[in-house]
Parts: sequence; C-alpha cells; structure tokens
Amino acid sequence: MAVITDFSKNQVGLKNQGKEGFENMTAKNLVFDTKDLNLWYGDDHALKNINLDIYENEVTAIIGPSGCGKSTFIKTLNRMVELIPVVRISGDILYRERNILDKSFKVEDLRTHVGMVFQKPNPFPKSIYDNIAYGPRIHGIKNKKILDEIVEKSLRGAAIWDEVKDRLNENAYGLSGGQQQRLCLARCLAIEPDVILMDEPTSALDPISTLKIEELVQELKKEYSIIIVTHNMQQAARISDKTAFFLNGEVVEYTDTNKIFSTPSDKRTEDYITGRFG
Amino acid sequence: MKYIDSAQVEKKMGSRLLKNMFAKNIFLLATLIGLVVLVVLIYRVFADSIGWIDFNFLTNKLSTDPEKAGIMGAITGTLWLMLVVAPVTLFLGVGTAIYLEEYAKKGKLQSFIQTNISNLAGVPSIVFGLLGLTVFVRGISLGAIVLAGGLTMSLLVLPVVVVAAQEAIRAVPQYLREASYGMGATKWQTIKNVVLPAALPGILTGVILALSRAIGETAPLTVIGIPALLIPLPDGIFDKFTVMPLQIYYWTIDAALVAEYANLAAATIVILLLVLFLMNSIAIFIRNKFQQRF
Amino acid sequence: MEKTFGNEEKNLNVQELIAKNKSTVSFGNYVEKLIPKALLLIATISILTTLGIIITLLTETIEFFKDVPFVEFFTGTVLKPLGQNAQFGVLPLLAGTFISSGIAMIVAIPIGLMTAIYLSEYASDKVRRFLKPMLEILAGIPTIVYGFFALTFVTPLLRSFIPALEPTNILSPGIVMGIMIIPMVASLSEDAMSSVPNSMREGALALGATKLEVTWRVVVPAAISGIVASFVLGISRAIGETMIVTIASGSTKNFGFDVTQSMQTMTAYIVEVTGGDAPAGSTLYYSLYAVAMTLFVFTLIMNLIARYISRKFREEY
Repeated sequence: MAVITDFSKNQVGLKNQGKEGFENMTAKNLVFDTKDLNLWYGDDHALKNINLDIYENEVTAIIGPSGCGKSTFIKTLNRMVELIPVVRISGDILYRERNILDKSFKVEDLRTHVGMVFQKPNPFPKSIYDNIAYGPRIHGIKNKKILDEIVEKSLRGAAIWDEVKDRLNENAYGLSGGQQQRLCLARCLAIEPDVILMDEPTSALDPISTLKIEELVQELKKEYSIIIVTHNMQQAARISDKTAFFLNGEVVEYTDTNKIFSTPSDKRTEDYITGRFG
Repeated sequence: MKYIDSAQVEKKMGSRLLKNMFAKNIFLLATLIGLVVLVVLIYRVFADSIGWIDFNFLTNKLSTDPEKAGIMGAITGTLWLMLVVAPVTLFLGVGTAIYLEEYAKKGKLQSFIQTNISNLAGVPSIVFGLLGLTVFVRGISLGAIVLAGGLTMSLLVLPVVVVAAQEAIRAVPQYLREASYGMGATKWQTIKNVVLPAALPGILTGVILALSRAIGETAPLTVIGIPALLIPLPDGIFDKFTVMPLQIYYWTIDAALVAEYANLAAATIVILLLVLFLMNSIAIFIRNKFQQRF
Repeated sequence: MEKTFGNEEKNLNVQELIAKNKSTVSFGNYVEKLIPKALLLIATISILTTLGIIITLLTETIEFFKDVPFVEFFTGTVLKPLGQNAQFGVLPLLAGTFISSGIAMIVAIPIGLMTAIYLSEYASDKVRRFLKPMLEILAGIPTIVYGFFALTFVTPLLRSFIPALEPTNILSPGIVMGIMIIPMVASLSEDAMSSVPNSMREGALALGATKLEVTWRVVVPAAISGIVASFVLGISRAIGETMIVTIASGSTKNFGFDVTQSMQTMTAYIVEVTGGDAPAGSTLYYSLYAVAMTLFVFTLIMNLIARYISRKFREEY
C-alpha cells in the first residue's frame, strides 16, 4: 500500500484514512486515540487539531523541532500537562476507548496505567529499593515479599538488576546518569503500566547509555506500548514502528517509520529529516 | 586636541588610589567593631562567671542565697517550654508552608497570608507577650504556666519556621514531584512521600533556629507574669515555670541589692550561650550533612 | 535479560493488586479532599494571630481612652501612672523610645553599611567565610545578654569618660542596641549590594575607576532601596527592643533630651507595669494596651515603609 496521507491538510476524516496509511494492519488494538485535540498555554495555541491513533505493543516516535508541541502532546496523554496552571484543553483523548479528559476520569488511575520516563533522570533521593517500591507502595501494596519480587522483576526488566542487586539500600543518587535513567524506567515498570511514555529519555545521556535504553525499548515493546518523544531522528528510525512529525503544534505526517524516513509525503517532513530545516 | 590631559589623570590617580586604600581599611575596621564587641562581651561574661558554675549551680533550686542558688528550675522550665514550642511550631509552621507552597493558588488569599506572616515577623516580641497575657493567661484562664508561655512563644517564632519551611519546600525540584505524579500518586501522597522528606533537613534547621530564638527570648515572658522567685520545679506543661533568660533578668536587676547576683546572671548567661551554641551547631550539622543539593 | 514474567502473569500481578487495594485508596480520596482544607485552617492561624493582637490592643485601648482623653495622652509631657492625680502623657515614653532608637541608628547605620560594603566589595572569599558566621553569632545573642552587657560593662566604661552619666541612662542601652542591630543592617545591605550585577562594576572598573569609586558611585546607588529598607527595619527593631532598655535605662519617666539621664521607653513601661501586677480594669492596666498599641502602630508603619521602599524601588537588572 502506498496511500499517501497528508494529515495536516486533511484533518477531517483522518481517522478512517489513518489506518489505510499503515502497512501490516493486523488485529492490533488501539491504546490511544485523540480526536481534535487542542491545547492552549494561556493564549498560546500549542496543539492544533491532533488526531492520532496509537496501537498497542508498538513503539510510536514523536519527532519535530524544539517547541513544536511534541513534549506537550505526550504529557497530555497522562495529563501531566495539567500541572501547568494556565493550560486549557479541548477535544477527546480516548485511552482504551474511555475519554481521559472526562471529569469523572481520575488522573491517578490514568497514570497508574500510563507510566512516564522523563527527559532528565529523576530518581527520588531515596534508596534504590525505595525508588522502585514507591509506586506499588502508594497504591497500597505493603507486603514485603511481594515488594521484593516486584523490585527484582522491575530492575531486571530495565536491565539494571545485575549492576545494583548488591546495593539496593544505597541512595539512588550514587548511580551514574545512565543507570539513574534505567532506574527510573524500572520504577515505571514496577506498577506494570500498559503504556510507557518517554519524553526524550536519552537526551541527557552518553551514547553507550543511550544505546542501552534503545535496546530496552525494543525488548519492552513486547509487553508494553511505548510512545517516545525524541529529537534524534536516527533514534526514531532505529527503534520505532510508527513516527509522527510535529510542527508548530500540528501533526504534519504520521505513518510507518520506514516510510516517513524513506519517502516522506510532505515537503516539510522531508526538509526536517534531511536537516534542511530552520 | 585631546580633552583628557593624561598627565593630570596620572597625577590624580595616586591620591585616588590612596583614598581607596584608606577607605578599605576604614571599612575593615568597622567590620571588626562587631567582632571586637563579640569578643569583649563573651570575655566579660565568662570572667564574671568564673567560680560560679559548678555541678551544684546546675542542679540546685533557686534560692535568695547566692551561694546556694542554682538554675535547675530554669533549665527544667526551658525544657518544658521547648516541649510545647517544638511540636506546635513544627505543626503550624510546616502546615502553613505546605498550604502556601503546594495548595494555595497564586492570588489574593495567598499573598494576604504571606504579607501577614512577614508583618507578624516585625511585631515586637513584647506585643506577643500582651497577646499571650490577654488570651492564654487571662482569657482562657491558664495562668502563667508552661502551656501559656509555650503557645505565646510558638506564635512569636511561627514566621521563622514558616519562611524556612517554605524555602525548603520550594527548593525541592519540580521533576521529583513529576516523577511521583507520573506513577499515579495523588498530591498528598507526593507531598508526604517525596516533597517533605526532601525538604526535611531545611525544615529542621528552621525549627532549631526558631527554638533557639525562643530559648533566648525574655520580653514576652516578663509580660505574662512569671514570678521572680519560683522555687518548685515544674513537672509538666500545666505547672508554673521560669526560664534561663528570665532568671538572668531578675538577677541582673537585683544585682544592685546583692552584688553576687551579677555573677549568677553571668553564670546563667554562659549556660544559655552554650545551649544556643550547641543548638546552632546541630542546625549547621543537619544542613551540611543531610541537605540534598539538587 | 531474564524473562520470568509473561504477559498473563504480568496482568495478574501488580495491576491486579493495585485494583484490589482500591478500598484503601478510596479512603485516600477522602484524605485527599480533607488535607487542603485542614492546611488552610492551619494557615489561617497566622491571620488569627494578627487579628488577636489587633483586637486585644484595640478593645483595651478604647477602654483607656474612656478614662484619659486622646489629646492628653499624645500631648501630655507627664507620665505619673501611680498614686493620686495620676497622669498619662505618653510623650516621656516616646522621647525615651526615639532617643534610644536614634542613638542605636547612629551606631548601626554607619558601621552596618561599612561592614556590608567591606563584605560585599572588598573582602576575599576566605575572609568573608570567617566574618559572616561571626556576624550571625552576634545576631543570635539573646537581647537579655546585651542588656546585662550594657548595664555591667558599657555603662561603667562610659562613666569613666562621662562622669555625669547616671548609673542607669539612655545612652548606654542605645549604643548596645546599635551594636545588636549592626548584623541586621549589614546582612540586608550586603544582600542588596551582592545582587548588583558584576557587569555594572566591570563597566566602571574598565574606565579606570578605583574600587571605592565603583562602590560609592555604582554599587551603593544601585542597591540604595535595599540599603534604605535595611535602615528602616533596623529602626523598627530598635523601637520594639525591650530587654536592653528595661535593664540599662531604668524607669524614670522624664520628658527630656538628656542622654545621660535615665529614661523609659514604651517597651520598658510595659514590662514595668505588667511586672507590678496592675489590677485588671484600672486605668493603669489599660494604659499598658494604649502604649502597646502606639508601639505596634509605629513598628507596623516602619515595616510597611521598608516593604514599600524595597518593592517600589526594586531595581530590575
């Protein structure tokens, strides 16, 4: 299939066209489905009519220049964006067919299912063990045995178990930057989310640590759906299944990763990925 | 033609530099005045107290006989007073700080409370004494007991704790809060489990500094009516009491009658200064040892 | 990577446990709604304190003015609270308060400002690291200790130069109060001067200005609002200071300007009257509150002026 979809110019009916835009449309379920999502910071219109379908057990990359709204977009998916007081949102975001922007939807519930890894490693100034156990504990899991199990499993899941298993009670700030970021990933895995949002998770890391995280993402997508914001296009090309290109708060193009990087349909996408952009 | 006569400038430069040197030394001298006074003051107090501080002085009860007089009562009173002030200020101060930093919306109410706190910090301590006298001692008829004094002192040092706790809470980086919210934690869970532990060293430092202010404060307690000669030791927060600064006060003004009282006052000052020095050392230790640099 | 947990087990594990714990979480919801309200309640204690002070002072002051006419209180030069024909003129106390504060500021302003200049502009890091804690210690000494120092050391010392000095006088506590205020003026002024950006200093230094010229013509003018605010706060502190004057200045209620004499301040009057167990309901008792109200208003005005100066004239760098 080679249907070229220009999302930016054809917002209406995008939903239906969207699926045609992808190859291998086997029976994958939708995790997120945004409908005419608009967001303002005060008077600044940061997201404009975003209509995106995100499928489970895939890696969806969000690329675009700084300030294009890509970070804002994924922070909308777990409603972290609401921590900024002047934010206004309109439209719908369906997560597993439920509208998370609905007043009755509790953000805490949402975030229990939609985990997040941040741009800068942000472990708590607590022990490695307490960092991982934080999520389960706040959700009422107190049993030491179960917590031990969760901690080990999560650390293994983030491929950091062997490095820290002998010093679980040491402060997480003693770890290197790359280890801290994997710890944060493990902390996120500890509540076994459905979706993992990653906001430029490697931008503060060295190349080797970056590679480790990328390998992990490949491994984790077997069990989780991953949405990753990156401004490193090679990274998006390497690890993602689908890529959305954001520009000035709009989705210019959203399609299979190999296609967006080989035959982009929009001139602006092409300019951006070939580095001919402002 | 040049407007600047460099020979003239050169000539003046010498005197300008001389003036600068002279001023620098004057400024240094002024700075040292404070230091000199500090040294003289401490020397004087220690010199007056020599021979008066011993085990009996610390463990004896109050007496009109200077040879027998001790400050056990004042020490016990100070301890009981702190047992009221510490929890009350911690609770009120940290609660207010959390409200202002985490819950209050930027707006009229928040800035009203904030302004009010900085105004309270500027109210003379003796006015707090009158408040304590009118409300706690007479209003709810507590009398001049530890609880009444402690509540009065708590209100007096409350701004210190609030401001310190606010600074400590503000210093906790936003990304730690985000990490917690990102796990599905609620606001209170985030405050309780992430913000407060991270801010604790700063808060404790503030509380200790507030306590050391309360320990040295005299004026509000003179107003609420602490007797000059109180012999029984207080056994709890509902007993009458005296504290070290008051003991210093009464001995100092009575030194005109019995000369040795001045020595007793000096000896009590030494003990008081040692206590304050110890508390400040603890505060500095906590700040350096546990303060997380974000 | 070990993969002991498959997809099925995963769902069975943590998320299910979390769901099971929902009952405790719903209790948590209750807490979540209650906490902000409880905290607001706590935060209002500070407002209640202010209200408490104002109401307390105001109600008793009104009672006082039923006995003593307003004009008589503020223009009366005689304060004779006890005995027959008691007279309640506050001017003697105002004189004592402002003279002692004036002496304090004559000491504290130049020394405090010079200290601030030295610390901010001249001192090396090493010297500053030594001197600043010393000033903090000076600031942390209880006022009662300064009072003892004024009475037992400064007064005898001054009397060896000024034989006419009374054993209790307003000069000695004024000076000691000034010393007590030095750290406050110095540290607030230094804060103001340190926040002047270096680029401004460099601009002047690059023209060949000496450090003194930079300080006097660039830094001090740029920081003037913070410096003046520190002076005003210092005055407020001096007006409200109690123990030093109570101990070292005696209780003579003289309306005069002779600093070698004993004079009473407003604060010392409050201590004296409360110490004497004034019977509640007497004019003497109410006079306590009238004096305290005057004191409160003066310090409040000073604090408001200080805040106004530092806000209104805050330099934007």
